[in-house]
Amino acid sequence: MPLEFEKPILELEKRIAELRETARTTGVDLEAEIRLLEDRLARLKEEVYGSLNAWQRVQLARAPGRPTTLDVLEKAFQDFLELHGDRAFADDPAIVGGLAYLEGQKVVVVGHQKGRDTKENLHRNFGMPHPEGYRKAMRLMDLADRFGYPFLSFIDTPGAYPGVSAEERGQAWVIAQSIQRMSRLKVPAIALILGEGGSGGALAIGVANRVLIMENAWYSVISPESCAAILWRDAKEAPKAAEALKLTARDLLAQKVVDAIVPEPEGGAHKDPDQAIRNIKEALLKTLEELKGLSPEELYRDRYRRFRTLGAYAES
Amino acid sequence: MALERLFRRKRPSGENRDVPELWTKCEACGAQLYKKEFRENLYVCPKCGHHHRVPASERVEMLADAGTFQEITGLRPLDPLGFVDTKPYAERLRAYQEETGRKDAILGGTCTIGGVPAVLLVMDYAFAGGSMGSVVGEEIARGAERAAAEGRALVIVAASGGARMQEAALSLMQMAKTVMSLDRLWEKRLPYVSILTDPTTGGVTASFAALADVIFAEPGALIGFAGPRVIRQTIRQELPEGFQRSEFLLKHGMVDRVTDRRKLKGELVRALRHLHPGVPYAVGV
Repeated sequence: MPLEFEKPILELEKRIAELRETARTTGVDLEAEIRLLEDRLARLKEEVYGSLNAWQRVQLARAPGRPTTLDVLEKAFQDFLELHGDRAFADDPAIVGGLAYLEGQKVVVVGHQKGRDTKENLHRNFGMPHPEGYRKAMRLMDLADRFGYPFLSFIDTPGAYPGVSAEERGQAWVIAQSIQRMSRLKVPAIALILGEGGSGGALAIGVANRVLIMENAWYSVISPESCAAILWRDAKEAPKAAEALKLTARDLLAQKVVDAIVPEPEGGAHKDPDQAIRNIKEALLKTLEELKGLSPEELYRDRYRRFRTLGAYAES
Repeated sequence: MALERLFRRKRPSGENRDVPELWTKCEACGAQLYKKEFRENLYVCPKCGHHHRVPASERVEMLADAGTFQEITGLRPLDPLGFVDTKPYAERLRAYQEETGRKDAILGGTCTIGGVPAVLLVMDYAFAGGSMGSVVGEEIARGAERAAAEGRALVIVAASGGARMQEAALSLMQMAKTVMSLDRLWEKRLPYVSILTDPTTGGVTASFAALADVIFAEPGALIGFAGPRVIRQTIRQELPEGFQRSEFLLKHGMVDRVTDRRKLKGELVRALRHLHPGVPYAVGV
């Protein structure tokens, strides 16, 4: 399904294809017309994709076909071995993780997992974890520490699941514990916001030495819809809320909430997932290289400093 | 997320104490209460036991030993994102500051509690629903660091709808900052006690408030991650009786004790004395 703001582009692409088809079947020379339309298409794309607003980026961050955690683990890494379960209650399909190699380096990986179609989305609870998901993540953090392998996390959730079962099993408690556990890692930790970075459910696996974000991903304390429902008393005001929340990659870089932006192919990662995943791999390798040589104690202190300095206030 | 409550409910009843009328009504049972007695009873209804909200300054009086509290908070909030919804954030801040006489949603200081040296931090629900933005996060981190540096226990009274929306991702980052600052206490083997009061939800529950050595909750307090309205919308059914109340959390293993406010100081002192390595064996007060 095309996004609303992309429709003019898709229509133009369709017309060019039709012209080509006509030229082919009738033998009439339409090269000049086609070239004219192609020029216009290039300009239109530049115009639309070059000035995406916050709400448009939120839509791209949720676009079907965008690489999910498992897509990244399967394509950018080698021999991903998925590990299951929290050893206490259940295995949460909304968080995946396990062991992998990145260009031959041993790493431990964890990420939110959305479904790639409706059926899988139901199974994955739309990427909204229960407490057992965060307990699985913490288990994998323990594993990373035990063997001294870097810990890489992929964030893509609308938020932790707000339901009765999650509350009964201590959703707030496990999120707090996961933040604490991750902050205490003695190994290099990198988090990448792949799509949606929804609130505490995202931060629970986001307390890394370096936090990267995809060009069209968002990260904030609340989703634009929920923010609009509370502050504007109308979820339909989400575009305004998205703007006000300053939740785009570039805004977050200015706030120092993220350290670097991973570029996406024109029109978003879903337009060319393989290229997006190549960019991700390159960024992860470069960031791992930066953290190389820091001792366990230095890594802990580096993470503390990184988060300790965030915020804006004035002395009394 | 549970900030929605702020926009539905009026001011907590305890805030109306300056109104000249001598009588007030229990929010739960409707009993007529003589204000002076109501205050002396720590805003607990003598008829039904309902725990009403307490202004931050009076909470300090209830817990700190008389005459020992020295305020250490007072950072001023900024408007880093230039946030405007139906009103500019800067304007909302000014209104809250005028209303409460406080710079932001937290009041804290050094004191002793039953003789145990402590840093006491009290969140103020009357200020923007006790929401945590950069100031609250920084004050909590500094409070924890100060406690660690001076050999004090840390006591935090939580009352908050969660992280503050108007500082967006920066508010979210305070969850990490506050959690990490607690490590300073861990290193020095100093106790941290958290007291959850009505309401404690969202990013406050899901960060420092949940990570204390001992967690008290006041009876009947709403405590959780997501707000009840959000959950009702998600699951599209009515919520079970008593859901997300203190007693529910005790049953599910999330808090250590549900303690009547009138016994809270006594139990807090016992916990601090048990935990603080610098305090010798002492039974009773």
